[in-house]
Amino acid sequence: MLSEFAFVGVLVIFATLLPVAGLAVAWLIRPKKPNPIKQSTYECGIETRGETWVQFRACYYIFALLFVVFDVEAAFLLPWAVAYQQLALYAVIEAIIFVAILAYALIYAWRKGALRWI
Amino acid sequence: MEALIDWLVTTFPPLSEGLARFIVYVLYSAILAFVAPVIIVVAYTYMERKVLARIQDRIGPNRAGPLGIFQGFADAIKMLTKEDVTPVCADRVVFNLAPILATIAAILVFAVLPVAPGVIGADLQAGILYVVAVGALSEVAALMAGWSSRNKFALLGAYRAVAQLIAYEIPIVLAILVVVMVAGSMQMSAIVAAQDVPFVLVLPVAFLIFLVASIAEIGRSPFDLLEAESEIVAGFHTEYSGMKFAFFFIGEYMHLFASAGIATTLFLGGWRGPFAGPDSWLGVLLGFIYFVIKTTAVIWVMMWVRGTLFRIRIDHLLDFAWKFLVPLGLILVVTVAVALKLPVIGTSGLRWVALLVANVVTALLMMLSVSILARRSRSAALREVAGVE
Repeated sequence: MLSEFAFVGVLVIFATLLPVAGLAVAWLIRPKKPNPIKQSTYECGIETRGETWVQFRACYYIFALLFVVFDVEAAFLLPWAVAYQQLALYAVIEAIIFVAILAYALIYAWRKGALRWI
Repeated sequence: MEALIDWLVTTFPPLSEGLARFIVYVLYSAILAFVAPVIIVVAYTYMERKVLARIQDRIGPNRAGPLGIFQGFADAIKMLTKEDVTPVCADRVVFNLAPILATIAAILVFAVLPVAPGVIGADLQAGILYVVAVGALSEVAALMAGWSSRNKFALLGAYRAVAQLIAYEIPIVLAILVVVMVAGSMQMSAIVAAQDVPFVLVLPVAFLIFLVASIAEIGRSPFDLLEAESEIVAGFHTEYSGMKFAFFFIGEYMHLFASAGIATTLFLGGWRGPFAGPDSWLGVLLGFIYFVIKTTAVIWVMMWVRGTLFRIRIDHLLDFAWKFLVPLGLILVVTVAVALKLPVIGTSGLRWVALLVANVVTALLMMLSVSILARRSRSAALREVAGVE
C-alpha cells in the first residue's frame, strides 16, 4: 500500500519537472521586448476600467454550497458501494433512505429557487 | 510492473527488491511525465483537427510533412519561441504557478490508469477516488489562472469554470458509484477484472452520464463556457501567451486522454480483449493496443460531439447538471441497488439482465418525467404570454 503511494510521490516530482523544464527552455530562447502597451490588461482595444477583484454575484456561492452537500454524500456512499455485495438487505434500505433524504434536500433547494440562475 | 521488478531482481542479483522497484517506478514515471504528454498532445491535436475538418467539409492540416502530421511539432516550436507577456497588474506568483499546476493535475491521473495487463503505476485500493480527487486539482488551476490575471474576462471564465466543474463532478461520482457497486471495489485493476461483460452493455445509462459529465469536466464543446470565444475572449487563459498557454493546452489534452481512459477502464473493459493477458509479453502488448483503441474511440466520440453541437448557455448548463443528471444519477443508484438485491437474482447471468433492465427502466422513466415537466412549463409559459396580451 505504502509503496504504491511512493509511485505517486515519484510521479509528482517528474510531473513538476516537465512544466518547469519547458518554461525554463522557453525563458532561455524566447525574445524579451516588453513595452507598456503590450503588458497592459487585455480588453478589446480600450483601457480596462474599475477594479477587477470585486464582490461577485452570489449565484456561484449557492451552487458551491449545494455541491458541498453532495460531495460529502459521495464520501459516505463510496465505502457503502464497495461493501455493497456483502451487505444485508437492511443496510441497502438504509442507504436508500439516506439517498432519499438527499434527494429531498435537492428538491427543497430547487423549490426555494436556489437552482435558478438570476 | 511486478513481473518487471521480479525479472530485474533475478537477472541482476546485486539489486535489492526495493532498489529494483525504485528503478521501475522512476522509469515509468519518466515515461508518463515526459513521453506520454508529447505523444498524446501531438497525436490527438492532429486527430482533432483532421476530424473537425472532415466534419466541417475541410481538409485540415496538410502542409507540415506528409498529410500534415508534423503540425503538432511545428506548433510546439512556435509556442516555445513566442514572447511571454505578463500583464503588469497580474499576481505574478499565482500567474506562473497556474499552468504548472494544470499540467501536474492532468499527469497525476495517469498514475492509476491500467493501460495494459499488469501495467499500472499505483494500484491504489481507493483508485477511483484518487482520480476524482486529483481531477479536481485542474479546477483549482483554472481558478488560479483566472483570478491572478486580473482581467475581467479571465475572472468571469474562472468563475464559470468552477461553477461548471463542481456541478458536473457530482454526476461523475454517482456514475462511478454504480460501477463500484457492481464491481465491488474501488481498485482500478479489480474493476477491470470484474468486467467479464463490459459494463457499458449492462449499465448504459451510467456510461452516458459519465461521458456527458466528463466532456463538461474537461471543458470541451458544447460545455466550453469557461473559454467561450464569442463571449469572454478566451476565458481563464486570456492573458496567457507562449509556453504558459502551451502548458494549459497540454494539460487539457492530457486530461482529455485521462478522462477517456477512465471511461474505458470503468465501462469498456479496459485492456480486456481476445488473447490479452498478463502472462506473456504479447498479451501485455495486445492489452495495451486494445486500451488505446478503446480510448481513441471514446475521444473520437467527444470530437464528434464537439463538431456537431453548439455551445449551451450558462443557466442551461447548470440546469442540465443539477435538474437532470444529478436526479438521474440518484435514481440510478437506488434502482441498481434494489435490482441487485432482489431475491431471485442469484446466478451471474440473471444479474446482468437485472442491471440492464434497471438501467433501461430508469432512462425511460426519466425521459417520461422530463417530457411531462417540459410540457407543463411550456403550457405555463404560453398561458403567461396569453395573459399579458
